[in-house]
Amino acid sequence: MRVTSLSQWLTKKKAWGVLPFAIILFVFILLALCAPLIAPLDPLNQSLLARLKPPGFFANGVTRWLGSDELGRDLLSRVIYGTRISLLVALLSVCVSGSVGTLIGLIAGYRRGWTEILIMRAVDIMMSIPAILLAILMVAVLGPSVTNLVIVLGLTRWPRYTRIAYAQTLVVANMPYVTAARLAGARMPRILFHHLLPNILAPLVVVATLEFGLMILYEAGLSFLGLGIQPPTPSWGAIMNAGRDYIASAWWITVFPGVCLFLVVLSVNLLGDYLRDYFDRRSMTS
Amino acid sequence: MTRFLINRAITALISILGVMVIVFVIMRLSGDPTLLLAPQGASAQDIERLRHELGFDQPIAMQFFQYMWMVLHFDYGTSFVQRIPVLTIIGSRLPYTLWLALTALAFAITIGLLIGIASAARRGGWIERLLLPLILVGQSLPTFWSGILLIMLFSVHLGWLPSSGADQASSVILPALALGALSMATFARIARTAVIDELSKDYVRAIRAKGIGETRVILTHVLRNASIPVITIAAIEIANLLAGSAIVETVFAWPGLGQLAVQTITGRDFLVAQALVLIAAITYIVLNFIADLLYSLVDPRICLGARGR
Repeated sequence: MRVTSLSQWLTKKKAWGVLPFAIILFVFILLALCAPLIAPLDPLNQSLLARLKPPGFFANGVTRWLGSDELGRDLLSRVIYGTRISLLVALLSVCVSGSVGTLIGLIAGYRRGWTEILIMRAVDIMMSIPAILLAILMVAVLGPSVTNLVIVLGLTRWPRYTRIAYAQTLVVANMPYVTAARLAGARMPRILFHHLLPNILAPLVVVATLEFGLMILYEAGLSFLGLGIQPPTPSWGAIMNAGRDYIASAWWITVFPGVCLFLVVLSVNLLGDYLRDYFDRRSMTS
Repeated sequence: MTRFLINRAITALISILGVMVIVFVIMRLSGDPTLLLAPQGASAQDIERLRHELGFDQPIAMQFFQYMWMVLHFDYGTSFVQRIPVLTIIGSRLPYTLWLALTALAFAITIGLLIGIASAARRGGWIERLLLPLILVGQSLPTFWSGILLIMLFSVHLGWLPSSGADQASSVILPALALGALSMATFARIARTAVIDELSKDYVRAIRAKGIGETRVILTHVLRNASIPVITIAAIEIANLLAGSAIVETVFAWPGLGQLAVQTITGRDFLVAQALVLIAAITYIVLNFIADLLYSLVDPRICLGARGR
């Protein structure tokens, strides 16, 4: 059964429908890359006189467009630097889980036999544990830090890629050109990376895009629970966690990072959905 | 039929074993599990005694068998931090999580199905063009953010509902809304697709030709068949709701298992945390198994595919 996706509603199968979301994502990537150039103030610079000031607060020749947080730090600067952390952690963990998962899937699909059974069983088991709980437990055991966060997210999410890579490899590995390569004396690594990988990449890119959105949410969620990025490093989740105590008096601390999070995740999801439909259509017409 | 079920049961059992192994390995990732379990500020002697008590001074294989024995006998030990048996702690929190998850599920099913069915019945109507995209957008809302927004609007601003805790009957409304929002979108999508699928079938044309009104076509004929995917999704969604409760319960200070998991992990009460993850994963696997079971019961065609995957 094919369940209609949101992107189909918005785009009605036309490419320009996702364009605004591509632009939103592009803007956030730009923010992340040029954070030091764009941010008006140092995101760690505290000012006790400017605590919990509302958006548009003007002091010392600087306007705090998004207000300030509980330690008088400029919220706009923190949100901009937070973009950097959120996108970086998500990107790195997608790289880790994507490469590990794809490699394992390739091996399972190519080697078959016991390797296949063991790997795919492990995938089933990993998929049966709620990922967020597993991540929480692992971060707690390893201790929270950016590296550990990437490792944990990478380690909990690889099965998604393995399933896809495995299914695709099964299809491609039986094609005549792979047999020809093997008969010509190509070794396994060469066949895996040179002959199989390029042909199974498209669906993996789609999964990676959707996972990227999910990883941003996971990072924010873990940081929100105090298990991810540690203060004073700005991350959207961590900022919102700090702002939770000031919901009644300073709504901007939780609202603005949340808006950014929502916009990025929505854009990434829509682009991922669109990519999937695009590849689906292409594979159907060819 | 039986063969399909036995196959699925074996897969579920292997998954449960696998989960036990994974949790065992994770607890040893830090090197010394005793340090993890020991309360903060414990002396070297205390730690040594604890290591012996917990059997961490024994060979790793022995430790693993002791651990399996413990898990299979539902003996999760006594919390070092709270000095209460782990199962008692969990038992005291369980009703809250069930209450929250079931309310969220009821809310998600009712509204999700209504919107899904209505948008399928009137293609191109305002529900399909306006309401449906709205809930689908809502799917991208992180639950902790939507939770905070709900608190801001209904507790701080309007003052209608309590913002946290579980003291009043109305306390459950906001967390259930935040938790159920994701499932609601899922139900709406599934119901819509299922009803549209059914509406295009021959029997619908036949009963329409008999002159039966559209409302009756949908309510008495189409819904029965369209309910199959919805029932299966419901079992999986309960599992997702339980897993998602960690964040929502923390936001709303709801005294359930999710909040307990976060509290015990940040409070380094790892025996409780370990038991919670094990129980959550096992519940998840069992619910998925039940979903498969329901699926094959409602629609006997499914098990013909033997190992459906």
